[in-house]
Amino acid sequence: MLAKRIIPCLDVKDGRTVKGVNFVDLRDAGDPVELAWNYSRQGADELVFLDITATHERRKTMVELVKSVARQINIPFTIGGGINEIADADALLNAGADKISINSAAVRNPAFIDELAKAFGVQFVVVAVDTKSIGDKNIVHLNGGRIPTEKETLDWILEAESRGAGEILLTSMNHDGTKNGFDNGLLKLVNDAVHIPVIASGGAGSVQHFVDVFEKTNVDAALAASVFHYGEILIPDLKEILRQNNIEVRTIAE
Amino acid sequence: MIGIISYGAGNIFSLTAALERLGIAYGMIYNEEDFEQHDRYIIPGVGHAGAAMHKLEQTGLIPKIKSLTKPVLGICVGMQLLTSYSEEGDSKLLNLFPIRTLRFKDSPDYKVPHTGWNTIFPEKENPLFKNIPSGSHFYFVHSYFIEYDTTYTLSSTNYNSQFSASIWRDNFYGVQFHPEKSGKYGETLLTNFSKI
Repeated sequence: MLAKRIIPCLDVKDGRTVKGVNFVDLRDAGDPVELAWNYSRQGADELVFLDITATHERRKTMVELVKSVARQINIPFTIGGGINEIADADALLNAGADKISINSAAVRNPAFIDELAKAFGVQFVVVAVDTKSIGDKNIVHLNGGRIPTEKETLDWILEAESRGAGEILLTSMNHDGTKNGFDNGLLKLVNDAVHIPVIASGGAGSVQHFVDVFEKTNVDAALAASVFHYGEILIPDLKEILRQNNIEVRTIAE
Repeated sequence: MIGIISYGAGNIFSLTAALERLGIAYGMIYNEEDFEQHDRYIIPGVGHAGAAMHKLEQTGLIPKIKSLTKPVLGICVGMQLLTSYSEEGDSKLLNLFPIRTLRFKDSPDYKVPHTGWNTIFPEKENPLFKNIPSGSHFYFVHSYFIEYDTTYTLSSTNYNSQFSASIWRDNFYGVQFHPEKSGKYGETLLTNFSKI
């Protein structure tokens, strides 16, 4: 049976892992490769690296970081941040990344999704969507939730799927950093509407939040950062509780 | 020493990194003479099976590959190439296994690509799965799968239905999952292959 995935997210800036509360107020939480290795040993199923500064600074993505991770880590990982052209994606693929995550580049140029899927296959293309509610609508936002777009979240996700996204990473900016739980209402709506895997992000504060998101929405994976980085939730404990709730998770070799 | 057949289909950085971590020697195979320097072979591959087959044809190595008697391991699309046919690009393949590679049918009941860690169940005794318990999780990411076959399926996985997680015929092996990304058990499988 396909296991639900637990994914620590490592926000990286200047080669160091950081995690902001609502993406502002950055705090340092360590060396990304060492953290990644630790997470793989604890039983993380996958890792996501996001260069959170790339959108502002137009910094090219972290080929060297990807190589160091691929050399040392035996689980899959995704890299995102500042990927604007095929050549960026090609370099990251060749450096050992399993998937790339694109966000604002796809919103600005939706055909970029088609190009990536055609060049590398849909399994390589994760479309990350930052959503925030405005009135009673869920609206796609850019730049860590600062800039609203014209796009309604579900419409955009369905368009991304039809263009060749292989997976959706959905972050609720209303929930991110609050530790009050995932946005289960929106996640269920999205997960029921698409036929590709969905990763839930934003709001994880307790083990019960992970149980809830899998039970209430049936998403494929749940992502979190600070609760893992600061040891508030330990992955082996989390998986044990999920298992006790009859949620399929991966057991690792001793 | 393992020879990795180079034909331009996808990156092999993660595979070679895994072999290096495990202390398994490897080299690259570009032409027929290179086969003699190695005692087993890996056919890697990601992306489109039809495109990968086209690239492999351009190397001129296909007759040699089909005649190999030393162990051969195809990974992901490299495994699919060993079958007779893929629905991806309506492609004729190497036909080392007379079974087909099919697309997961669109269905509201499951998602495509099949992405993540799924359990595999060895169906035959074979050293490739030594020290790997039945029901262990391996990492998959694919939209096409090799049909289940009682003769050739070495281990099976259930997604929409039962399919071939790995296949085996004589010295030829294929795995649909990515052993280089499948944690400790994936590394065990690569080590096992280096000793077959």
